[in-house]
Amino acid sequence: MDVVSYAREPRFILATDVGSTTTKARFFGKIDGEWRFLASGEAPTTVEKPVEDVTKGVRNAVREVEELTGHKILDDSTEELRFVMPYRGGRVGIDVYVSTSSAGGGLQMLVAGVVKSITAESAQRAALGAGAIVMDVLSVDDGREIHEKINTLRFLRPDMILLAGGTDGGDKTHVLEMSEVIAVAKPRPRFGATFRLPVVYAGNKDAREDIKRILSDDFFDVRIVDNIRPQIEVEKVEPARNAILELFMEHVMAHAPGYEKLMKLVSTDIMPTPAAEGLMIRTFAEMKKVNVIGVGMGGATTNVYSVFDGRFLRTVSANLGMSYSIGNVLKEAGLENVKRWIPLDLTDDEIMGIVYNKMIRPTTIPMSLEDLVVEHAVARESIRMAFNHHKYLARELKGVKRERTISDIFEEVKAEETYIDLRRVDYIIGTGGLLSRAPRRAQSMIILADAFQPIGFTYIMQDSVFMIPHLGVLSKIYREIALEIFEKECLVPLGTLVAAAGVGSLGEKVADITIEYSEQEKERVELTFGSVVRIPIPQYKEVVVTVEPTKKFDFGQGYGRRVRKRVRGGVVGVVIDGRGRPLYVPQDPRERRKLLVSWFKALELYPGDFLTKLS
Amino acid sequence: MSEESFAYTPGLAVTPLTYITRERALPIRGETLVNQGEKVDFETIVGRCYLEGPPYIVKVAELLGVEPEEVVRYLRVKVGDTVSKGTNLASYTAFLGLLKKSVESPVEGVVEGFSEITGHLTIRAPPRVIELRAYIRGTVLKVVPGESVTIGTPAAFIQGIIGFGGERHGVIELVSSSNQDVVGPDQIGEHHAGKIIVGGSLITYEALEKARKVGVAGIVVGGAKITDLEKVLGYRIGVAITGRENIGFTLVLTEGFGKLPMSKRAFDIFKENEGREAAINGATQVRAGVIRPEVIIPRDEESFAGALEPLGEGKMRVGSTVRIIRYPYFGEIGTVIELPVELHKIETESPVRVVRVRLQDGREVLIPRANVEIISE
Repeated sequence: MDVVSYAREPRFILATDVGSTTTKARFFGKIDGEWRFLASGEAPTTVEKPVEDVTKGVRNAVREVEELTGHKILDDSTEELRFVMPYRGGRVGIDVYVSTSSAGGGLQMLVAGVVKSITAESAQRAALGAGAIVMDVLSVDDGREIHEKINTLRFLRPDMILLAGGTDGGDKTHVLEMSEVIAVAKPRPRFGATFRLPVVYAGNKDAREDIKRILSDDFFDVRIVDNIRPQIEVEKVEPARNAILELFMEHVMAHAPGYEKLMKLVSTDIMPTPAAEGLMIRTFAEMKKVNVIGVGMGGATTNVYSVFDGRFLRTVSANLGMSYSIGNVLKEAGLENVKRWIPLDLTDDEIMGIVYNKMIRPTTIPMSLEDLVVEHAVARESIRMAFNHHKYLARELKGVKRERTISDIFEEVKAEETYIDLRRVDYIIGTGGLLSRAPRRAQSMIILADAFQPIGFTYIMQDSVFMIPHLGVLSKIYREIALEIFEKECLVPLGTLVAAAGVGSLGEKVADITIEYSEQEKERVELTFGSVVRIPIPQYKEVVVTVEPTKKFDFGQGYGRRVRKRVRGGVVGVVIDGRGRPLYVPQDPRERRKLLVSWFKALELYPGDFLTKLS
Repeated sequence: MSEESFAYTPGLAVTPLTYITRERALPIRGETLVNQGEKVDFETIVGRCYLEGPPYIVKVAELLGVEPEEVVRYLRVKVGDTVSKGTNLASYTAFLGLLKKSVESPVEGVVEGFSEITGHLTIRAPPRVIELRAYIRGTVLKVVPGESVTIGTPAAFIQGIIGFGGERHGVIELVSSSNQDVVGPDQIGEHHAGKIIVGGSLITYEALEKARKVGVAGIVVGGAKITDLEKVLGYRIGVAITGRENIGFTLVLTEGFGKLPMSKRAFDIFKENEGREAAINGATQVRAGVIRPEVIIPRDEESFAGALEPLGEGKMRVGSTVRIIRYPYFGEIGTVIELPVELHKIETESPVRVVRVRLQDGREVLIPRANVEIISE
C-alpha cells in the first residue's frame, strides 16, 4: 500500500462521498491534540439531469457542514466550487479535501474469461477488488451459446471489460475466441457516445498481439497487463486491479458530469466508494492482525469485505440494497424469507407495499415502527444473500489439480468450500445508512448477527455516521490520522456476540455460562435453545466468560467443549445467543411470532409499548 | 434556524399549463424527416435509422475439421458478400471426393469478417429499420440532421411515481368521479378502446384485465396493489427500471403501491382536460435525477402564449406547500412552518432532520425532511 507523507500535518480535513442517492460530507479537525469528527452534511447527488454537475451536490452538503459548525469552507467568491485552502486560522479554511464516488451506479464492469471457475473467477476477484460492480461474467463454458453472449454484450453497457484466459505459454484459442465475441458485439460504453470502450487484457501473454488486432482501435482502448493466472496454481490480480483503477479515473470519472472539476480539487485521486471502504477495513485488520468481515449496505448495492488469515476479498452484490434495490432483495430472497423476521399483523400486500413504496421513493425513511421492522427484516436478507455471494468467491484457487477437461474442474468446484470459517471471525463491522441510522444500537447488532450467523466469540462494531469510505480514501495520504479517527470516532463498539452452533428443541439446555466481573462478582446463566440473553456490560469493561456447552452445541472449540475467554462489553453489551446455527426460526407463524417477540424483548430492540402490543 | 432547504425527493410536476419540450433522438445516426417550424402529430414519423443486425459467428475451422490458417483455402465467400440462409460458406473435399464437408450460413446477411487466427467467419444479419415517432403533438423547434428532433408544445403536464409500458397516446376520459374512487371492471367498457382512462385511488386486478381486453391505451390512477400488478406483469418486480413491459396498455401510478387517492391537483387537471388527446409514457428509472412516468396533454399554441407556469426548482422554504410521501401521513398536504436545524426524534426514535408542517386540517406535525415533496400549489 502506498502511503504518501506530507511535510505539514493538517488541522482540518473535508471528505465527501458522492453516493448514488446522496452526497455525504464529513468534516474532521484536530482539537486539543486529538483528531475528531466534527460535523456531517448531506444533500441529494446531482450527477444526472437536470443539474448534471456533481459539484452542486457537494456544495450543498458542505454548506450544511458550514451551517452546523460555523466553519468557513466554501470559497464564495466564485460560482465554481472551490474551497478555502489551506487553513487560515480560527474557523476559516481546510488543509485537505478527499472524495469517493459511487454516483451513476459506480464502476460497472463486464468480466470475460475462458473457464468459469478458473480465469473468470480470478478476473471477477480482480474487478471486485478494484471497486467494480460486475454486471456479468462471460466464459467459454458458461452454458450460453455464442449469440447469447453477443446479445448480453450488446444489451449491457459496461464502463469497462476485463478479459482474461489461458496460462502463459498455453493454448490461446479460447481467449481469442472470447475476444472475437467482444469485437463483433461492439458493446457501447455507458458514458460518452464517442469514446472507445476500455478493455483490460490480463490473459495468456502469447495472445497479446492477436488480441490487439482483434479488438481494433476504432472501438476499443486495450490495456495489456500481466496475466491474472500466469500458471494454473498462481493468481496475480494486482496488475489488473491497478489498470482498472487507472482506467476508472481516466474514462469513467472524466466522463461523468462535473467530475473533472472535482478531480482538480481533491488532494488525492477520487476512489470508488467500495474500494475506499475496503481499504479502511483492510488497514484495520492488518494493524490488529485479526479476521474481519465488513459489510457496507448501500441504497443500490451491498458490499461485503473479508480479511481472513491476511487474505483480503471484497465483493459487491449489485441490486441488493436498501433503497433503489429494496424490491429486488424481496424478489431474490422471497417474501417468506423476509416475513420470517416480522412478528407483525401485516398482510403480504402491506409488507410488499412498504417495500415497493420505499423503492419508488428511495430517499424516504421509516416514520412508524412497523415500517422500521420491515426494513430491518429486508436488511437481514440483503446481507445474508450478499454474504453467500461473497463466500462463493472466498474459495481456494480452482483447477490446481487434475485439469484434464473443463468438466472435471467444474465438478471439483462444487465440492470445495469457502475459506471463511465462521468460528474464527474476530470482528464484524457494519456500515451504511440503515445501520448508522438504526435508532437503537441493538438493532444493528442483531441484524448483523442474524445475517452473518458467526459462531463462538465475535466482536461487533458499526460505523457511527457512515464515514468508513471517507477515512479509506484519507488513509491513502494520512494513514495514521485515518486510523485514529476510525478507532476513536467512527467505530461504535456494539459488543461481543457469544453464539452456539447446533440444533436442539426449544427450551433445551444449550450451555452453562459464567460471567466473571471480578474474582468475587460472578453471574451465572443457563442458556436454553431458542433464547437470546443480553448482559449490559459497558464498552470500557472487560469480563471473563466461561461457556460449558452440552454435547449438542459448539461455541467455537468443538461440540460440548468448554470455552473460556476475556471479552469486552459495548454499547449493547455481551449478547449470548442460544438460537443455534443455522439460526432456528419456527415454520409455524404463531410459534415464530412468539419466539421473535421474545428475542426483541430480551434485547430491548424496540420501544416497550410497541413490544407489549406485539405479545 | 435555516430558512430554506432542498427536498430529497424532487416534487413530481403536476401543472395545468407549462411549455414541454421533448428531444427525440435516434439510437444511432440515421435520417431526420421533418424541418424546423413544422407541425407534427403524435404519430408523425420524425426520423428513421437502420440498426445493425446481430452478428453470427460461424466456426468454420472447427466445422470443417481443419486448422484456422487453412480455412481461407476452402472459403466460398469473401468479406462483403451477401448470403442467404443455407448459402455454402466453405467446403472441403478430400480422398477424391469421398470425404466432403461443407458449412452453410445459418442466417441471411452479409459476410462481415474472417479471422485467420481463429478460423471463424462473421455474418451480420440485415439491419432493422427503426422509425421514430413524434410522441407529442407540437412544433419542431430544432433539428440536428441525422440525429435528433426537438418538439415543443404548451401542455398540461402530470408526472407519476411509477409506470409500466411505453409511449402511447389517446383521448382522456375519467372513469372515477372523485380522486378517492376505486376503479373496478364495471367502470370500463368497449368505448374505452384506444383511450387514456383516469381513475381515483386504486384500480383492481379485474379492472386491469378488462382494460387489456377492451384495448385501453393508457391508465392513470393513484395506486394499484403490488400483488395485482405482478399478476398482470407475470413476474415479481425487482428494480424500478420500467417502460418496456408488454402488457397491452401503459399504466401510470401517480402515488404508489396500494390504495392511494390521486393528488387532487392532478385529478382536477385531468378533469379539465377530459376529451383532449394526450401522450402517455410509463418509463421509470428510480435513480438520482430520476426518470418518472408522464402524461402530456398538448394545448393550442396561440391561445396560451404568456400564461405558462415554469416547473419548480425544488427548494423548500417556510411557506412552501409540501406533500407527505410516507405513512402514517401519506398523501396529506400542508404548509412548511419551520425548518429546524437540529435533529429531532421521531416515532421510530431516529434522530433526523425534520420539517414542521401545518396540515390542511390545522394539525401541526414534525416530518422527516426526507419524507416530503414540494408541490407547486
